[in-house]
Amino acid sequence: MIEIENVRKSFGALEVLKGIDLTVSKGEVVTVIGGSGSGKSTLLTCINGLEPIDSGRITLDGTDVHAKGTDLNKLRSKVGIVFQQWNAFPHLTVLENVMLAPRKVLGLAKDRAEEIAVKQLTHVGLAEKLSVYPNRMSGGQQQRMAIARALAMSPEYMLFDEVTSALDPMLVGEVLDTLRMLASEGMTMICVTHEMKFAREVSDRVAFFHQGVMAEIASPEQLFDAPQHVETQKFLAATH
Amino acid sequence: MFETALTWSDLAFLAQGAGMTLLVTAVSVTAGTVLGVIFGVIRFQVGPYWSIPLTFVLDVFRSVPLLIQLVLGNAFQSIARLGWPPFTTSCVILSLYTAAYCTEIVRGGISSVPVTTRRAARSLGMTWWQDMRYIVAPLATRVSLPSWIGLTLGVMKDSALVLWLGLIELLRASQILVTRLQEPLFILMICGAIYFILSFPVARLGGYLEKRWSPND
Amino acid sequence: MFNYTFHWNQALRALPQMLDGALVTLEIALLSMAIGLACAMVLTLFRLSGNRVLSGFAAVWVEVARNTPALFQIYMAHFGLGNFGIHLSPYAALLAGIAFNNAGYLAENFRGALKAIPDTQARAGRSLGMSSLQAFRYIVMPQMLRIAFLPATNQMVWAILMTSLGVTVGMNTDLAGITQELNARSFRTFEFFALAAVIYYVIAKAVTLAARAFASRMFRY
Repeated sequence: MIEIENVRKSFGALEVLKGIDLTVSKGEVVTVIGGSGSGKSTLLTCINGLEPIDSGRITLDGTDVHAKGTDLNKLRSKVGIVFQQWNAFPHLTVLENVMLAPRKVLGLAKDRAEEIAVKQLTHVGLAEKLSVYPNRMSGGQQQRMAIARALAMSPEYMLFDEVTSALDPMLVGEVLDTLRMLASEGMTMICVTHEMKFAREVSDRVAFFHQGVMAEIASPEQLFDAPQHVETQKFLAATH
Repeated sequence: MFETALTWSDLAFLAQGAGMTLLVTAVSVTAGTVLGVIFGVIRFQVGPYWSIPLTFVLDVFRSVPLLIQLVLGNAFQSIARLGWPPFTTSCVILSLYTAAYCTEIVRGGISSVPVTTRRAARSLGMTWWQDMRYIVAPLATRVSLPSWIGLTLGVMKDSALVLWLGLIELLRASQILVTRLQEPLFILMICGAIYFILSFPVARLGGYLEKRWSPND
Repeated sequence: MFNYTFHWNQALRALPQMLDGALVTLEIALLSMAIGLACAMVLTLFRLSGNRVLSGFAAVWVEVARNTPALFQIYMAHFGLGNFGIHLSPYAALLAGIAFNNAGYLAENFRGALKAIPDTQARAGRSLGMSSLQAFRYIVMPQMLRIAFLPATNQMVWAILMTSLGVTVGMNTDLAGITQELNARSFRTFEFFALAAVIYYVIAKAVTLAARAFASRMFRY
């Protein structure tokens, strides 16, 4: 379970998170929508401790992420994150990209790591590309590799930060299909996205962020068809 | 406090050495740059195939230790009975050495000028020379200047090797004082500080120009 | 033309001896490169550490190496360290001087290479649970080494050329040293040094070609 309690975060004078409260339980899929600068991406990087928070608390299965004694490296292997820019490691083949963290962070033997990597790459449809270098692949393929790379750590939670925003429109579909598949398999996920149709389809709950505040959170039907908050209404009207 | 046998006249001796270093550098860099510009234009103009002999000769100057070049140059002038003093021999060799590097810098600078720009100049009715003088030279200079500054500093540091032919430049002057006063560390520190003061500000300037004039600013 | 008879045979007879010297030259160059690379890596980590003392130390090393003559650096090792009661042999002084020089220039290359690698690379590693050292070791460093490889090859050629400076501190087993000894005995300066020049040229070219072949095998992406 991910519990976010009254989290605040500023970059200099700019307060990007103004007291966020959100609880995501096991197996749940929560999507976060909102305009740019609404703080939704920052929240993800705070959840896995890549960014410190100013106040409040984030706990993962009871472990306080930002407490002093927390082993962040261990914690991060439990929470996979995939970014808008897929950040493929250009000097490693697709297989090596996925094998690296299981070997070095989890300390798995080479053949065990390879077995996991092949399984995850097959899962996202890249079984043919094992020995290819990332720069020989399309953005969509690289993004799917990044997802497999995160999955290879057997995470209990997955965070997706606008994973289709940097892709050509033609390649968006294949990545969203991968996310749908994960959702249907019961993975606990938080997705920050601009894809409204996708959000409506896969989410258990949809959260709308506006200027650092979670203005509204509800089931997809309710939020998209009968939004309560005036900013949600404006936002949805503008995106349609 | 700290005691040293170093006198003011010894410091003057070091300054004289530094003067020799600067003189050798100035002469060599001037002559080497003139040669380098000529060779660079030739290399660019005749294309990679016909410039192979020139490229090869210049490459030799960059692939054989300068010390060996100086000894060979000195032996050659003695065989040919040219009667050159060490200063002349040193400057000739260092000039050719500078020219070898400068040629590459000039060629790179010229090739960085877009063909379309040059075509525009020629289509306005400019001659080859006018194009070179008013279009290529200013643009290429801008691209080449940081590397040329680096080359000049490199030649100044490498000019220390002329001590092998008996010229008393900064490093040799320091060595003479070390032998006489037996204070190697102190005197060498002064020597190093002088080199550093001569080199560091100019190197910083080169780095600044490179940053400022980099194509994506 | 020159009223001088060239005695090439005499020089050619000394070729085996000079080739032995060339091996010593290559040995010093390789060792100085290995030490220089190791030191440059440490200097790079110092610069990245954020610790002012460590990064200051690295900055001084790099700037002194780049702004004073290599021969000065060798003199420092040979004569200067005497003040501390450390008396290095010509071999050790030459090696130390060149390694110091290599480290300074290589550290600067590494810095340039690091600038070309986006921060998001290390961040991606961290988000997979790697420590910052692991992210540097497995993700940033291999990319840095690739970018810095070509400049490092040039530095290797420089190291070979710099070994000739050993003769000024009494080194007599490397190519320049042996050539100088032969010269002192026979006074056939031009012939011996011309032959030495050819050998230096061949070594420099061979190293460049080998490095290129190595790079095309190593860096396939």
